[in-house]
Amino acid sequence: MNSFSFQRLLAYLQKEGKQILRDPSTFLIAFVLPLIMMFIFGYGVSLDADKIRIGLLLEDTSPTARSLENSFLATSYFNVQASYSRPALENEMTGGRLRGIVTIPQDFSQNFLRGTPASLQVLLDGSEPNTANFVLNYSGGVVNIWQSQLNTEKKIDFSFPVIPQPRIWFNEDLKSRNVLLPGSVAIILSLIGILLTALVVAREWERGTMEAIMSTPIQFNEIILGKLIPYFLLGLGSMMLCVSLSLTLFEVPFRGSLFVLLLSTSIFLLAALGQGLLISTLTRNQFVSSQVSIMLGFLPAFVLSGFIFEIKSMPWPIQVITYLLPPRYFVTILQSTFLSGTIWELILPNLVAMLLMALVFFSITINKSKKRLD
Amino acid sequence: MTLPRDLTDISIQITNVTKVFPKMEKPALNNINASIRQGIITGLVGPDGAGKTTLIRLIAGLFLPTQGTIHVMGLNTQTNSVSLQNITGYMPQKFGLYEDLTVIENLDLYAKLHRLTGKKKDDGFERMLTFTTLKPFIHRLAGNLSGGMKQKLGLACALLGRPRILLLDEPSVGVDPLSRRELWKMIQELTHQGMTVLWSTSYLDEGDKCEEVILLNEGKLLFYGPPKNLTKQVQGRVFQVHVPLKERRMALKQLLKLPEVIDGVIQGSEIRLVCSSQPFSFSPDPQWKPVTPRFEDAFVDILGGSSKEDSILVEHISSKEENSVPPIKAQNLTKYFGDFRAAFDISFTIQRGEIFGLLGPNGAGKSTIFKMLCGLLQPTKGRARVSGFDLKTASSEARERIGYMAQKFSLYEDLSVKQNLDFFSGVYGLTRTQRNERVHLMTRIFGLHPYLNENAGLLPLGFKQRLALACAVMHEPDVLFLDEPTSGVDPLTRREFWSHINGMANKGVTIMVTTHFMEEAEYCDHIALIYNGLNIAIGTPDDLKKKAKTELLPNPTLEDAFITLIERSDHGENL
Repeated sequence: MNSFSFQRLLAYLQKEGKQILRDPSTFLIAFVLPLIMMFIFGYGVSLDADKIRIGLLLEDTSPTARSLENSFLATSYFNVQASYSRPALENEMTGGRLRGIVTIPQDFSQNFLRGTPASLQVLLDGSEPNTANFVLNYSGGVVNIWQSQLNTEKKIDFSFPVIPQPRIWFNEDLKSRNVLLPGSVAIILSLIGILLTALVVAREWERGTMEAIMSTPIQFNEIILGKLIPYFLLGLGSMMLCVSLSLTLFEVPFRGSLFVLLLSTSIFLLAALGQGLLISTLTRNQFVSSQVSIMLGFLPAFVLSGFIFEIKSMPWPIQVITYLLPPRYFVTILQSTFLSGTIWELILPNLVAMLLMALVFFSITINKSKKRLD
Repeated sequence: MTLPRDLTDISIQITNVTKVFPKMEKPALNNINASIRQGIITGLVGPDGAGKTTLIRLIAGLFLPTQGTIHVMGLNTQTNSVSLQNITGYMPQKFGLYEDLTVIENLDLYAKLHRLTGKKKDDGFERMLTFTTLKPFIHRLAGNLSGGMKQKLGLACALLGRPRILLLDEPSVGVDPLSRRELWKMIQELTHQGMTVLWSTSYLDEGDKCEEVILLNEGKLLFYGPPKNLTKQVQGRVFQVHVPLKERRMALKQLLKLPEVIDGVIQGSEIRLVCSSQPFSFSPDPQWKPVTPRFEDAFVDILGGSSKEDSILVEHISSKEENSVPPIKAQNLTKYFGDFRAAFDISFTIQRGEIFGLLGPNGAGKSTIFKMLCGLLQPTKGRARVSGFDLKTASSEARERIGYMAQKFSLYEDLSVKQNLDFFSGVYGLTRTQRNERVHLMTRIFGLHPYLNENAGLLPLGFKQRLALACAVMHEPDVLFLDEPTSGVDPLTRREFWSHINGMANKGVTIMVTTHFMEEAEYCDHIALIYNGLNIAIGTPDDLKKKAKTELLPNPTLEDAFITLIERSDHGENL
């Protein structure tokens, strides 16, 4: 007698649609916030080494040392302040104006020309480990380049030990935005899927409209679908906005297929929406559900998805936790879709994992929420 | 006269229903039995926390009973909730409207949820819009409607599916007496068409008007049947005594000392007494005028009468000295929020030891005036003085003399009782020794010992009320501000509360109350009736009643006076 009714679902959808259009906060979260995040990740955040200020202490002033100095001065990675005075440079470094000091010691050219190992001292500011790493690696790079130039110019063949020459794939110019922007799609969709859904459902509980709706003949799955469909579409729209901005304004390459992008986004959105529905069904309160959404949805997506911090360098218990987070899978798919192309061996397992998570969240939600208040 | 209970006549059968919520010590409902009859208004009456909402939700199929069964038109609410929801209309508290949808969009949603289409839907809209007189406002957002209009729209939404049972959860809360009367008429019309209505309320006076009443208190059924059967029990035991206005508080105190008197309240310059059923040991004063008992008289009687103890609080506060400076003086107070005039040219003076009431419908400007007087809002124009200190220039001196108890008791619900007391004593700037002494005293006076380490949020309502009062009077203020202090509270707690307030007034503390609740207004020495930001009438409760006296209404109640004066103001009549 009371089977699923498309008419009722449609009525609910219309209502939800009108509310989305009228509620400025929905618009803010779905479109303005993504824009802001895109600009932050596109322009503001850069994990690249560019013009890092370092000091170069010249204890050795021989022509060999001078030519090494020139190599340091020439590179765009560093903004070099050369000096003969150690205290002056150390002072600058303690003041935070230098990120590191490379010292060419007195016996450098002597040792170098003799063919014995010549060492450089690199002093690093450990308070910013990321930058410290850059300084160390790039200093090594500068020295390598200088050596090989010397080899070709002077036609001298020094028997050097093999020095690893890193070659970077996919993100050749090492622009961090190329990695960050695709990943940010996962962050933005987590926000929309979890936070926005949790908020709008909790709002219905708070304002008593959920109670009023539940006392009508509407079915619970009609309510769930009525909430899912609009925010699913909103999420897709938001994704489109992010992707087109990435491709046009920020010139991020796109090497995969649009189909994979849509498919993975859809599955990820399902998982996020499921999570949002679950949170709001359990808390029934806008404030609590927004807190929980940030804690369990947004922050893990930001920190533990591999979006900014590499998962492999996390301690193993945390690595285990990342397997429970849908964004982890989605970030992998996104980055490979943008930067390397469609690699099914990589994409398929991640898709399946996300689908499983979505199923888990939905079955808990449906289990927890009968069409009853208690 | 009780009509014979024909089985076909019963639309809601409640059998042995108990509802226990996890983590709660006492059941929300304890073994309730009732057979609600078709085609009448049944009142579901009781104070906050009595279990009214729980029972309504059980009937609407939104909760499952822990024990027992409920049948609505023969349908079991546990197994047939879907068919049930086709024949019931339910208006929850706060009306359950989508505030960002317009009137017509709200109606449209509910029509479609009930699968009304085409002509049926258009007819339904026509019927509802005419019935609720909302037609001129169909394109207004529900959030921008007045309280009374929201309530009508909520009702219209609940009625669209042409229900046979209508469940209304506290429809009159937050709605002024004027709209309450209108709503009552509308609902009565519906019952004439055969609809069964369950109307829940914490206003006991509404119980009198229902054909049958379910009276709940703390989850227990105290009475079920026509209200007359209940008031009959106190017939001949209710009296009114006329006393001079200035002496009424002392007189009440004296009268309550008589062993036969089990309840007494102030009603303007009358004192209303309920006596026990034992024969009098004295011949009552001929001045005692027997009056028709009200529902509340009988309720207090069932509960065993009100406490007759004097307020211990009063013994412990020092008398406020006579002083030529009035404790509160409002001079041409005016407040604009943007273009909106919330209060305009309000002036009055309150004398020492006086209880002064601000009465008015929701949104009239009561709270705005109140907040300007206790320094929470800056007036756009005019002045507010407390004990002679201007709240604008000497606000901290003025505020030290103020005690404030906000609506719903403004306690920190996550702090324990002890922590609340400590906090408020600190906020009011008591010294460390004073603090300890006062906290100790308040604990003793209000019997808070057993709850000292419990969170304030978990206290029974009556104790929350005591704690809130304790926090507001700890620093012995000259002036006490009370914002709707006892709405929704059971009559015994309300009497206890007012015994403290009356006692403090006798000691010279000046009390200011805002309320839309007539019972509270009756306790006041003077009332200012606020409407549309204007002070439309000021005087003693009896003065106001006199102003509303007409041939048709020779003996108006304060509520009658309230409605008449507001209607006159609407018609532009000069009062």
